[in-house]
Amino acid sequence: MMRKPLTIAMPKGRIFEEAAELMKQAGYDLLSNQEESRKLILEFPEQNLRIMMAKPMDVVTYVEYGTADIGIAGKDVLLEQDRDVYEVLDLGISPCYIAVAGLPDQPLSKIAPKIATKYPKVASDYFREQGEQIEIIPLNGSIEIAPLIGLADRIVDIVSTGRTLKENGLVEYEKIVGITSRLIVNPVSYRLKSKEIDEMVNQLSEVVGEDYV
Amino acid sequence: MDSQKERMHSMAKRLMFEKPLGMRDTLPFFYNQKKQARELLTEEISNFGYMFMDTPILEYYETVGEASATLDQQLFKLLDQQGHSLVLRPDMTAPIARVAASQLKRAEFPLRLAYDGPVFRAQQTEGGKPAQFEQVGTELIGDHSSYGDAEVIALLIRSLQRAGLQDFQITIGHVGYVRCFFKEILGDDDSALTEELMSYLYRKNHVGYQEAVKALPLHDEAKRALMGLLKLRGEDEVFDQSKSLARNQECLQAINELKQLYKILKQYQVEQYVSFDLNLISHMDYYTGILFEGYAPNLGSLLCNGGRYDQLLPSFQLNASATGFAIHLERLVEALAKQSNGDERIGILVDDDTFTDGLKQAQNLRQEGKRVLLQHVDQVPDLQQFKAELVEAIDLTTGGGHDA
Repeated sequence: MMRKPLTIAMPKGRIFEEAAELMKQAGYDLLSNQEESRKLILEFPEQNLRIMMAKPMDVVTYVEYGTADIGIAGKDVLLEQDRDVYEVLDLGISPCYIAVAGLPDQPLSKIAPKIATKYPKVASDYFREQGEQIEIIPLNGSIEIAPLIGLADRIVDIVSTGRTLKENGLVEYEKIVGITSRLIVNPVSYRLKSKEIDEMVNQLSEVVGEDYV
Repeated sequence: MDSQKERMHSMAKRLMFEKPLGMRDTLPFFYNQKKQARELLTEEISNFGYMFMDTPILEYYETVGEASATLDQQLFKLLDQQGHSLVLRPDMTAPIARVAASQLKRAEFPLRLAYDGPVFRAQQTEGGKPAQFEQVGTELIGDHSSYGDAEVIALLIRSLQRAGLQDFQITIGHVGYVRCFFKEILGDDDSALTEELMSYLYRKNHVGYQEAVKALPLHDEAKRALMGLLKLRGEDEVFDQSKSLARNQECLQAINELKQLYKILKQYQVEQYVSFDLNLISHMDYYTGILFEGYAPNLGSLLCNGGRYDQLLPSFQLNASATGFAIHLERLVEALAKQSNGDERIGILVDDDTFTDGLKQAQNLRQEGKRVLLQHVDQVPDLQQFKAELVEAIDLTTGGGHDA
């Protein structure tokens, strides 16, 4: 406890539980402070850790700017934002994937099809690789509504069970990429706090069964 | 995003105080801090026999623009009256290479040149990244020895020290090592795969690198070696570790260059500032040999970088090897402002039960050279105010609370 604490940006909500459980197995107990769950910054002086509770989309920002040394972020966010951070470990938690979906039996329109999505970069990169020129309609939520009301021909969105698609009468056309949560590290912390960070990465990789040699 | 309204907004008349994206004013206080740091850096660089020079802010896109290490979308481009494409110089290395290959072609080599001036990188988004910043740097042209590499790194360290920076780290890598490492394991002809793996390393995506390696049709030993590359970082012990992974002549040669460099850096007495990372790739195809990056605590991004580049001068028809560094002056000033000035105190608060523990901690910290006060909590009238005077308060009375 002599040194400045290692700061970890953790996603709020569902992923936090899973991530905290992993951390616990790796020997970092972050659940003891749970009664203070409204606090955004939690201190764990015995373990020399400081936890920042962040919106999942923002974790990467905290880590890139160095206000957090380490973060847990979805691969979807890393793909969409293309930030300057080290992606050191696949934690394997909250698995899902990004897919193209739409109304059944609707061929993609030949002239500038419209794609509604929360992931403009992922979507346009994907369709460019397919040789399709598309128009992106950025939405922030309830993406599935777009084909139903004629706003877009297809959507590009996260699919975990496929239930939301089904209940709205949509079908999956193509899977774009698999998504899990990743451990990310600020490039400066990666050098200057390498000892503490390597220790954490090694312990976590044992827990998730990755042979981080 | 692309709605009519949005376009109208972006066309709106600029307000008087607005500046182009990423451009900043330098007000007197910051101007003075910069001036002071710049003077100290340039003094040290001059003491090593480097000669300062300057080049124009505008250059031709076809020459300096294309030769520079900066990505095309980060170049500020404009047209001159005759319709030629121009760029605002994105770095100083390419313009100096142009000068060395033309006006200074007949000068006495090796050349020791230095510069100090603004460079420009167009930013795509807001968010604290400047489009214009000042670089102070050096180029040592025509000396391809380890003594040259070492001189540049030692001068970088001495300059940062002279400017008053106490705590920083220079991480050194060797891009030639990485290339021949892949060549040994993947075979000569798989350059596409080499590029793919190097691009994962460049983008700091170790997960992607590991996944790509796992998917390769190679035997386990080769895969283990490829994974092992990620672990080749630390102090000089990495030289020995590297030998169990790849042994071809070129790899050994690269390791010997690093060893030799380390030996000379010890003679400069700066080895405590350096560490090694054999998978460091700071640019996709600019550097050709030893390269390095510098970091300071409390600074979220790179402070300085540099390395050996052998392709740039030939692109200006001068067959010479060169090495150099560039310091990001504004970031150095930021790092200087954030570092402690040495008289900050750590406080340990104890009660009867925790005194023994507190005393032990205080003694340990004092041995590390810290200024530490030990205080019984009963004697403090206002805890909040007491803690506010300290750089760090370790409160053992609340089960080990830790307030910065």
